[in-house]
Amino acid sequence: MSLICLQNWLLYPSLAKVVSLGTMASILTKTRNFSADLLFMNLTRWCGIGLILLIVAILFSLILLSAPSISAFGFHFLWNSAWDPVHEDFGALVAVLGTLVTSVIAIIIAVPLSFGIAVIIIEVLPPRLGTILARIVELMAGIPSIIYGMWGLFSLAPFLAVHVQPWLIEHCQHIPVLNFVFGGVPIGFGIFTASIILAMMIIPLVSSVMRDVLASVPTLLKEAAYGVGATRLEVVKHILVPYTRAGMLGGVILGLGRALGETMAVTFVVGNSHKLFTALFMPGTTISASIANEFTEATGTLYPSALMELGLILFVITFIVLSISRRFLSKAPKSGGTQ
Amino acid sequence: MLGKLSWQRRLTNHVFTSFCYITSIISVCVLALILWSLISRGMGHFNLALFTQATPAAGLDGGLRDAIVGSLIITGIGIVLAIPIGILIATFLSEFGRKSILARNIRFMNDVLLSAPSIIIGLFVYALVVKTTGSFSGLAGALALMIIAIPMITRTTEDVLYLVSPMLKEAAVALGVPRWRVTVMIVYRAAQNGIITAVLLALARIAGETAPLLFTALNNEFANANPLQPMASLPVVIYRFAMSPYKDWQDLAWSGALLITLVILAINLSARIFLHKKQK
Repeated sequence: MSLICLQNWLLYPSLAKVVSLGTMASILTKTRNFSADLLFMNLTRWCGIGLILLIVAILFSLILLSAPSISAFGFHFLWNSAWDPVHEDFGALVAVLGTLVTSVIAIIIAVPLSFGIAVIIIEVLPPRLGTILARIVELMAGIPSIIYGMWGLFSLAPFLAVHVQPWLIEHCQHIPVLNFVFGGVPIGFGIFTASIILAMMIIPLVSSVMRDVLASVPTLLKEAAYGVGATRLEVVKHILVPYTRAGMLGGVILGLGRALGETMAVTFVVGNSHKLFTALFMPGTTISASIANEFTEATGTLYPSALMELGLILFVITFIVLSISRRFLSKAPKSGGTQ
Repeated sequence: MLGKLSWQRRLTNHVFTSFCYITSIISVCVLALILWSLISRGMGHFNLALFTQATPAAGLDGGLRDAIVGSLIITGIGIVLAIPIGILIATFLSEFGRKSILARNIRFMNDVLLSAPSIIIGLFVYALVVKTTGSFSGLAGALALMIIAIPMITRTTEDVLYLVSPMLKEAAVALGVPRWRVTVMIVYRAAQNGIITAVLLALARIAGETAPLLFTALNNEFANANPLQPMASLPVVIYRFAMSPYKDWQDLAWSGALLITLVILAINLSARIFLHKKQK
């Protein structure tokens, strides 16, 4: 009898909910037949616990290796704009600013585009065509970042330098704020180009999250809105967006997290300059680009350790961003209302 | 009156719909432009020599044989190590842990690892392996790729394990099959195609990863199949050659880029095929 109970517990986790894993295991050890089961369950459990330990180990090793830099510069590291390997004076300001600025611009470009793609797949195109477009966008997500970087270096940067940047500089030079933003030399590389490449890379991710949350809107709601004579724009504005607000925001923040950590594509086009940039067409750097560029050549103790501390800052930033996005995405209504 | 919209509503609606069309046209165009650049610039060196000749010095003829071999070894070791770990974690989450606090924490950490910048993984493996053993090695690169592949495999596998019908499991348990055998022989087998999809998607992702290899596997100008030595890999060689000032190195980088993109798109496509097999 007790054996059957045990098997029920193992089989129906809903029943097992009332019994903790520990109690279950202690009951199991008394029944010898179950030793192989117990072994297997513990194996899977320890693999899972190993995953948590891995994150702890990553954090710990980053802190350990950046210790020389932390003790040398303290909190001053965060707002010091110097990056001078010769005199061993390092600060994170330029790299952190570059990371944040490129990612935020990338989000500003990518969100309307992703939203348009998601709406057209869910609302406008017939299902068959919509699926094809969704597949094409997924294809974009599969291309490795180094390819985007090369394309940015050899195709996009020369194009921007010749056709886009001179035009923007010329037309914005008399407008108060914009002449400052779109200033610099039209060389093709820099913060602006990096942002565009980043935007292209996160569009597939953001639009696929948006597509998923849009698909979760109950058809009944949409049909009711169309039924009273709403246009497509009005349905999107008054039904889809309010219903999926949390999920949309979660997707956007997820895209932001991806953009913050992106390395190779940015390294190719950002210009890799540690001078503080004041306009978008100036070369700059990001945290990940600095690490990728300089880590193998960094000598001494302070230089590599300063790069490690940059890595630590990046890890903490992406951790926070991910936590926020998860909070929003878990608030989003689950799909299943599509029938 | 019925069926007549005011011109303002009609206009804004048209503007919005065309905006949606334009966004998708832009994204399709971007993909087409990238593929066009790859093909037009990469076809020049895309021949047998690319696969059979050693890495050249600037100005000489050569291929990417060493980098291709290195990539195969590093990616191969990485995915082989990641498969059992990823599947076991997914098994714990879907079969044993479910909604327990531990399982929820593992899921969260899995998401953290999934979105952690790959260069951070590279730094970690550098600190853990390269610093302690004192040398860069292909194995260190494989470990970095493993850490990137594990959360991807876990995430997708967990989802497909949930899809296995509980009736199937109940039937097996009713026959007196121990729980671990139910999982291995029934659940894994029923979810086989889904698990293969998960592995292929992870493989496609790590095959193109560059950042974590930069200071773990490093690079090697000579032919090397020993994973304990620094090892060349396709993405790293593409990166170095593309950033170099030499025209023939850049051309070779484009051919390598074309090759790696074709391979990754093929893996993604076969993952899609396996996914659809499951749904039938």
